[in-house]
Amino acid sequence: MDLTNVQDQASKVATHAYKLLEEAEKLANQTTQLADLATAASSMGFLSLFTIFVLACFVGFYVVWSVTPALHSPLMAVTNAISSVIIVGGLLAAGPYEVNFSTVMGFCAVTLASVNIFGGFIVTQRMLAMFKKKK
Amino acid sequence: MSENLSGFAYLIASVFFILALRGLSSPETARRGNKLGIAGMFIAVVTTMADPRVGSFELIVLGVLIGGFIGTIVARKIEMTSLPQLVAAFHSLVGLAAVFVAIAAFYSPEAYGIGTVGNIHTLSIIEMSLGLVIGAITFSGSVIAFAKLQGIMSGNPITFQMQHSLNAGIAVIILVLIITLINAQSDNIFWALAFASFIIGFLLIIPIGGADMPVVVSMLNSYSGWAACGIGFTLSNPALIVTGALVGSSGAILSYIMCKGMNRSILNVLLGGFGGGAVGEGTADKGDQSAKAGAADDAAFLLKHASKVIIVPGYGMAVSQAQHALREMSDLLKAEGVEVSYAIHPVAGRMPGHMNVLLAEANVPYEEVFELEEINHEFSTADVAYIIGANDTTNPIAKTDPQSPIAGMPILDVDKAGTVLFVKRSLSPGYAGVDNPLFYADNTLMLFGDAKKMTEEIVQALG
Repeated sequence: MDLTNVQDQASKVATHAYKLLEEAEKLANQTTQLADLATAASSMGFLSLFTIFVLACFVGFYVVWSVTPALHSPLMAVTNAISSVIIVGGLLAAGPYEVNFSTVMGFCAVTLASVNIFGGFIVTQRMLAMFKKKK
Repeated sequence: MSENLSGFAYLIASVFFILALRGLSSPETARRGNKLGIAGMFIAVVTTMADPRVGSFELIVLGVLIGGFIGTIVARKIEMTSLPQLVAAFHSLVGLAAVFVAIAAFYSPEAYGIGTVGNIHTLSIIEMSLGLVIGAITFSGSVIAFAKLQGIMSGNPITFQMQHSLNAGIAVIILVLIITLINAQSDNIFWALAFASFIIGFLLIIPIGGADMPVVVSMLNSYSGWAACGIGFTLSNPALIVTGALVGSSGAILSYIMCKGMNRSILNVLLGGFGGGAVGEGTADKGDQSAKAGAADDAAFLLKHASKVIIVPGYGMAVSQAQHALREMSDLLKAEGVEVSYAIHPVAGRMPGHMNVLLAEANVPYEEVFELEEINHEFSTADVAYIIGANDTTNPIAKTDPQSPIAGMPILDVDKAGTVLFVKRSLSPGYAGVDNPLFYADNTLMLFGDAKKMTEEIVQALG
């Protein structure tokens, strides 16, 4: 009697497990679908980012042509400083609590970009302060 | 901070950066523009720090403190004559930072939401590779440019056989590695890609001569922008993309202006090998021509009795730090009632606008400093042209000899002035290796000596 009882219960557990498996499969399917959607969304994002990029190139073109040649050195120094906005990438990498290879890389990026930000803006300021009008 | 709010903050940062560049259209607005740039950077950094993905601040604060300290010290101490080296060094840092960010993104893609390790979205891996490659080239190229400008490395072009084929080969390898990386995201391929990019950065810059460094520095400026763009796409961060595009186009325009100033194509500059080779010839075989040499007293006499003097500074002025003596000289001349102005060739010096900064440092008012197109017609009415440390940019051969390496290069028409005073150490040709017939012209007086010393002697003779 005990034996049949055990057999019965075992088969019940088996069907239960099978059902669970099915559900898990369904969930997995849904996740993949969601992931696909997310990929689609990010590729749509690419188009808008690309639009921003192209328009920014045009803005850069017209703005830089209006810079007076006398100030081309400060222009270089300041563009160098603002291109260090790449620090944003470093901050995101150095941000997580857990310290690993990537956070160390992030730390290096933040340090280098900081040299540039401080150095670039200060040297630009120094240069611009020297351009004086006739007394 | 919500996503919308941070997006808005990044937009404001981008606008501030645009205004920072826009301000540079005149010296008055430029100082305010620089402050806006600083504000923009502050906004961008604070916004990123407020991102929920950034949890711990210890490493970040440490990095900013270390970097900020070094940057501040360097920027305060640097001599204005060393500016081109400084800018090259700074470019290398942007490039290296881009490389570090790309490495971090490759090993922890979750932190940026671009997939999982070994399974990064295709588009993201392409963008990341571009950021990595351009960043690495910017780094190693800038290191070479720095070494050449600082004099650690000879400014002579380094060329060897099959150089261009070798570069093309590495370029193909880089392309193949990127394509392989898309399919198989293995560490080895990633590092091979980084390595190949560093190597090609070195190789691209070594054949380019010292006096072509303005073009190289501008070009690397452009590259650092495009590297930032690549990383911006990887992170889907519009502020990075906008800034990268601004910097990228700025550097590209400067390179274009520099090339036009030499009537050479960018390709001609980049393929290298220009200058250095022919130096030393030219001085020989001039038996029938003789240059008139003068002393400081003669020059002082001529300058004092002129009514209009145009000063033409070049790289030699920067080397001997003659700008202060030069300003003293023009102050004395102005006290005598002489009209003094300065003429700047677009490629004078070792970076765009180099001469303007040095003259500004010596307190020369910027209203007295003119660009080539503005002042070139004035030489015919000038009594004296005082050339100090310039050579190729005044060489009339550019107009007369279509076979010359500098043919078609826009020059300052100093030969039209009543008298040409040429401060120079010797009669040797300039960077382009072309002899300058101006040395032997009837109305030219050569003032042999160091630019600063000669100018100081003239100041004494005037006083």
